[in-house]
Amino acid sequence: MNGVSVSFDGFKAINNLSLYVKKNELRSIIGPNGAGKTTMMDIITGKTRPDEGRVIYDDMVDLISMSEAEIANLGIGRKFQKPTVFEHHSVYENLKLALEGRRKVFENLFFKLTSEDDDKIQEVLNTIALQEHYKRDAGELSHGQKQWLEIGMLLMQNPKLLLVDEPVAGMTKQESEHTAELLTSLAEKHSVVVVEHDMEFVRSLANRVTVLHQGSVLAEGDMDSVQNNQKVIEVYLGE
Amino acid sequence: MMKYKPLIFRLLENDKGGKYFIAILLLLMIVVPTCNLLIPESSVFYISTYVVTLLGKYLTYALLAISLDLVWGYLGILSLGHGAFFGLGGYAMGMYLMRQIGDRGVYGNPILPDFMVFLDYKELPWFWHGFDQFWLAMLMVFIVPGLLAFVFGWLAFRSRVTGVYLSIITQALTYALMLAFFRNDLGFGGNNGLTDFKEILGFDLQSDYTRNALFVCSAIAVALGYFICRFIVDSRLGSLITAIRDSEGRVRALGYRDEYIKLFVFVVSAMLAGVAGALYVPQVGIINPGEFSPINSIEMVIWVAMGGRGTLYGAALGAIVVNFAKTYFTAAAPEVWLFMLGGLFVVVTLFLPHGIIGAIKKISAMKSKKTKASVEAQKLNISN
Repeated sequence: MNGVSVSFDGFKAINNLSLYVKKNELRSIIGPNGAGKTTMMDIITGKTRPDEGRVIYDDMVDLISMSEAEIANLGIGRKFQKPTVFEHHSVYENLKLALEGRRKVFENLFFKLTSEDDDKIQEVLNTIALQEHYKRDAGELSHGQKQWLEIGMLLMQNPKLLLVDEPVAGMTKQESEHTAELLTSLAEKHSVVVVEHDMEFVRSLANRVTVLHQGSVLAEGDMDSVQNNQKVIEVYLGE
Repeated sequence: MMKYKPLIFRLLENDKGGKYFIAILLLLMIVVPTCNLLIPESSVFYISTYVVTLLGKYLTYALLAISLDLVWGYLGILSLGHGAFFGLGGYAMGMYLMRQIGDRGVYGNPILPDFMVFLDYKELPWFWHGFDQFWLAMLMVFIVPGLLAFVFGWLAFRSRVTGVYLSIITQALTYALMLAFFRNDLGFGGNNGLTDFKEILGFDLQSDYTRNALFVCSAIAVALGYFICRFIVDSRLGSLITAIRDSEGRVRALGYRDEYIKLFVFVVSAMLAGVAGALYVPQVGIINPGEFSPINSIEMVIWVAMGGRGTLYGAALGAIVVNFAKTYFTAAAPEVWLFMLGGLFVVVTLFLPHGIIGAIKKISAMKSKKTKASVEAQKLNISN
């Protein structure tokens, strides 16, 4: 992202924000409420159009003029802040809908599940530890399990870049630990951007951290250097 | 090895309600014509031609209800304008039937229908050409409602109009059509609509055989419509359709073009509604702009809610039950019918959120729970 700005009714939600994420990097983004974390994700996924700036993906693709579906099909997967899975569909069905490719109407009308599809679904079920729950309606899962299912749905799409918005909100300690492991292992094959409030969780990811404040980057570095940064302390603790 | 089964059986495999529904339709297809044509009038089993036609009309409503359930119960779009598609299908059929009258009209004009002679038309308007051909009229039964749904849906879904706003514009759509069709200069007979039909495909519309044939055709159309909708909702597309209903943003984030999926479903539904209209018109003998009136479209919603939405057969059941009640009460106590209809809607919304089918499912689930519990209690007794 380079020099991106967006404002709503005169309020600058994102102000000349520049952020670069490398391939297979795990990046955490923290910042106080209203720092523009979620808006930034909205811009990358095409939900919100910025007033200025460019969003370049994979060294050459400009995402600004593309639709949400086009961006998703480029390999950018997003987990929403509030877990959004299909509550009335089974866990298996949720993953089936997320399978990579076959996005056209008629492909879906005459869709047949191949054994490779099934293998892929089983593999993801394993990764997100929901093998035993595959038949249950997603709505019956615990909050943490829904978050994992949503991450699983992202994995089904074989994304290159995963945008994960507050993955451990409302999770128990054990669930958070499992999530940290999950995200770290994912970063071996995918670029992962995590937005999170939970400092302990961000520390457990042990990676590069970006601090956002009032729509722009305040500091960047590993967790220790960021925590000792004078500006960051001011923003978090108040002047 | 998987044994090959015909598609129809595969579709009904896990669809208990559908099995009953199709069985009842098949039974009606055999019993009704038999009781009308082969049994003497003096017998108690005799079914009068009036009843055959009435049942045929109910079946066309059932098809209409199924088409509405597809968009409302599954896709989550509450269409308050499905009467528009029904009416357009009806008008396409009506135009064919008008041209079939030929020179047997009151004015005896071999080309122009009576109302055109009366309104001083010099020649047939361009859009009436070709409607003397049955195949073209039937094509139009699909194309006209389908095209309208396509254009309307294209505009509405692309600009992401949803919820109440979408419902209101569907209502406006049918209202606009009603006003347009009321006009004499539109060329569809204005206020009086199209009527005085004589023949369909050369068969006398008044004959018992034609009436029975139309009844059977309606039953077949309902069954086919049911299978088409069942095929759609059972496919992965069907899964996506309910996913759009429940969480549209997630569907989009997965990379689907939700507007195309909605458009497809809406167009299929409109075409089915058009077929229902086309079968309705020869049986009731008239089509006029009243079919486009908003109240009709709202009534259809009540049928579906009453029967139980999101089941397809429930919608058909609701259409038949409500219309049976309507036929009965508008004859027995015409002044109370509208109050009953309103009351029905209140009762269904408050006490039967999933309609008749939902209530039946609930009762049978309670029963099986009870038997399960009693079986387990017995087991406990034995082990104790």
